[in-house]
Amino acid sequence: MSALVEGPAPRATARRRRLVASPGKFLTWGGMAIFLILLFGVIASVVVNSFAGKWFDSWLPTSYSGSWYGTAWSQYDLTQVVLTTLIVAVVVVALSVLIGVPASYVLARKKFPGSKFVMLLFLLPIMMPPITYGIPLATLLNYYHLAPGLTGVILANLVPSVPFVVLTMTPFIEQINPSIESAARMCGASTSKLFLRILAPLLIPGMLAAAVLVLVRTVGMFELTFLTSDSSSNTLVVALFTAMTGAGIRAQQSVDAMAVIYMLSMLVLLVIALRFVNPTQLVARVDDSKD
Amino acid sequence: MSAPVVDAKRHTPQGDPSQKPSLVHRLAEHGIDRTLWLLVPGLLFVIVLFVYPFLYGLNLSLHPNKGGMFGAYKAFFTDPDMRGWDSLWITLKLSLPAALINVIAAIPLAYMMRGNFRGKRLLTTILVVPITLGTVLTAEGLLNFFGPRGWFNRFLGLFDLGPVQLVQNYWGVLWSLIISGFPFAFLLILSYMSGIDPSLEAAAKTLGADWKQRFRRIIMPLLAPGLATTFCLTFVLAFSVFPSAILVGDPSGSTRVVAYVAYNAWGQMFDYPLASASAIVMGVVEMIVIGVVLMLRSTMYKGSTGGKG
Repeated sequence: MSALVEGPAPRATARRRRLVASPGKFLTWGGMAIFLILLFGVIASVVVNSFAGKWFDSWLPTSYSGSWYGTAWSQYDLTQVVLTTLIVAVVVVALSVLIGVPASYVLARKKFPGSKFVMLLFLLPIMMPPITYGIPLATLLNYYHLAPGLTGVILANLVPSVPFVVLTMTPFIEQINPSIESAARMCGASTSKLFLRILAPLLIPGMLAAAVLVLVRTVGMFELTFLTSDSSSNTLVVALFTAMTGAGIRAQQSVDAMAVIYMLSMLVLLVIALRFVNPTQLVARVDDSKD
Repeated sequence: MSAPVVDAKRHTPQGDPSQKPSLVHRLAEHGIDRTLWLLVPGLLFVIVLFVYPFLYGLNLSLHPNKGGMFGAYKAFFTDPDMRGWDSLWITLKLSLPAALINVIAAIPLAYMMRGNFRGKRLLTTILVVPITLGTVLTAEGLLNFFGPRGWFNRFLGLFDLGPVQLVQNYWGVLWSLIISGFPFAFLLILSYMSGIDPSLEAAAKTLGADWKQRFRRIIMPLLAPGLATTFCLTFVLAFSVFPSAILVGDPSGSTRVVAYVAYNAWGQMFDYPLASASAIVMGVVEMIVIGVVLMLRSTMYKGSTGGKG
C-alpha cells in the first residue's frame, strides 16, 4: 500500500479522510478501549482476589496473603490435575498430528471421487457444537467402559483435534511446490523416503504450528473433558469448573488462586504458541504471503 | 489393491495402443492410487469416533424408554422438565445477538487496522488472551468484576448510579460470549481484510471515491464471504455456550440454554435417549442457521482478491 500511495497529493486526501472519519474513528477506538478496560478488569479482579487476605467493601483488599495458592493446591489435588492435563494434552497432540498430517497430505494433493465428501466429514466435528456429538460419544464410551477415565478424555478430545490438524495442514501442504516431490520421485525415492527426506523437513514449521494450536485448544477444551472425566481424570479447566459449582463452603480466594494457576499455564502456552504462529493463525489458518 | 499393482508392472500400456489401459491406470486417472492409503487412519478415526457415535446416538434417540419411535423428541419439546422450545429460543436469543455484535463491532476496527502500524502485533496478542483463557475463567472474572461488590458497580457508585445486576442473568452470559467471541471475530476479519488487494482500493481512490464509497463498493463486497464465515464460526461458539450459562447465568431461568438441558438429561436424569435427542435437535438447529448463512454466502462474489472467504 505504501508503495502505491506516496507523494503529496494522496497525503492530502488522507488528511481529509481522517477529518471526515474522525467521529467514527473515535467511536471504534473508544469501543476498543472500553473492551480492553473491561477485559483488564475481569482478569485483574481474579488475580487481586487470589492474593486477598480480607476484601469486603473496598476498592482493594485490606490485607494480602499468598497462602491461598498452597490451600488451593492441596484442596483441589492440583498435582494430579496438572499431571492429567499434561498427559491428555501431549497424547492428544501427538496422536492428532500422526493421524491428521498424512490425511491432510492426501486431501491437499489428490482430487479423487468423494474427496469433497471426505473434507466435509473432517469439517463437521469442528462446525458441530461439542455437546451435540459429545453426549452420544460419552454414552458410547461409557458403554465400552472407556469413560469416565483418562482413555475416554483422550479419545473425546481427539475428535475435534484431528480435523483441526487436517484443516490447518491442508492449505500448508498446498503451498509446497509439487514439482519438488516429482523431482524426488524421478530420482527414485520411494514413498516412505519421500516423506522422511523431502516432505517432513518442509512440513515441520506447519506441524509445529498445528501441534501448538491443538495443545492450546485441548487444555482449554471444557465440554468434552467434562462429559468423559471422573474425579481422577479431571483436567485443569474442568477442575476449575467443579470447584466453582461444587457444593460446600469454599473460600472464593482459593478458587481464584486455582483460576490464576490455570491462567498462567494458558499464558505460558500462549507465549510458546506465539513463537511459532501468527496471532491471526490462532483462529484460522491464513496465507500471509501477501503481507 | 496390491494385486492389480503387480499386474500393472508386467503390463505396458504403451506397447499396444488398441488395448485399454489397465485398471490401475484408469483409476489413477481419477486420482485413485496407493497414496490414498495415507487417508485411511484419518478416515477410520472420523468414522469410529464421530460418525459411529453420532449414528449410535441417533438410533438411541429413536428407541426411547417410553413413547414410541419419536417419544424422546416429543418429550424434549413437550415435557415440562425439558421445555425444549424455550431452551432453543433462549439459546438463539443469546447466540444470534452475540455473533452479530461480534462481527459488526469487528468490521470498523479491522478496517482501521488493516495496514501495518506500530503496536499491531501487541494489540493482536492482547486480543488472543481471552480466546485462550476460555469461558470458565472469563466467568470467574465476570462474577468478581460485575458482581454486586465488584469494581464495576463500585465505579457506578461514584456517580450515584445504583448497583446494576449484570451477572446471574442474561447479560452476564452475553458479556462472556462477547469477551471470548469478539477477539476471535476480530482476528478472523482482520485476516480477511488484509487479504484484499490494496491496489483495488488505491484504484478507486484515483477515481475519486471517498472512504465511504470505497468501503461500500469495494471492501464490503470482497469482505462479505469472509464475514459470513466469521459469523458462522462465532455463532457455533456462542450456540454451544454451556459453562458460562451455568456460572454467570441463571441456568434455571433466563439462560437455560439447550446445551444445559441436554447435559441435564444425560448427567442428572440418566435418560440417554432423551439426551441424545436433545443433542441432535441442538445440532440440527445450529446447522439450519449455518446453512441459511452459507446459502446467502454462495450468492456473493468470490473472486481472486476476496477469495480467502
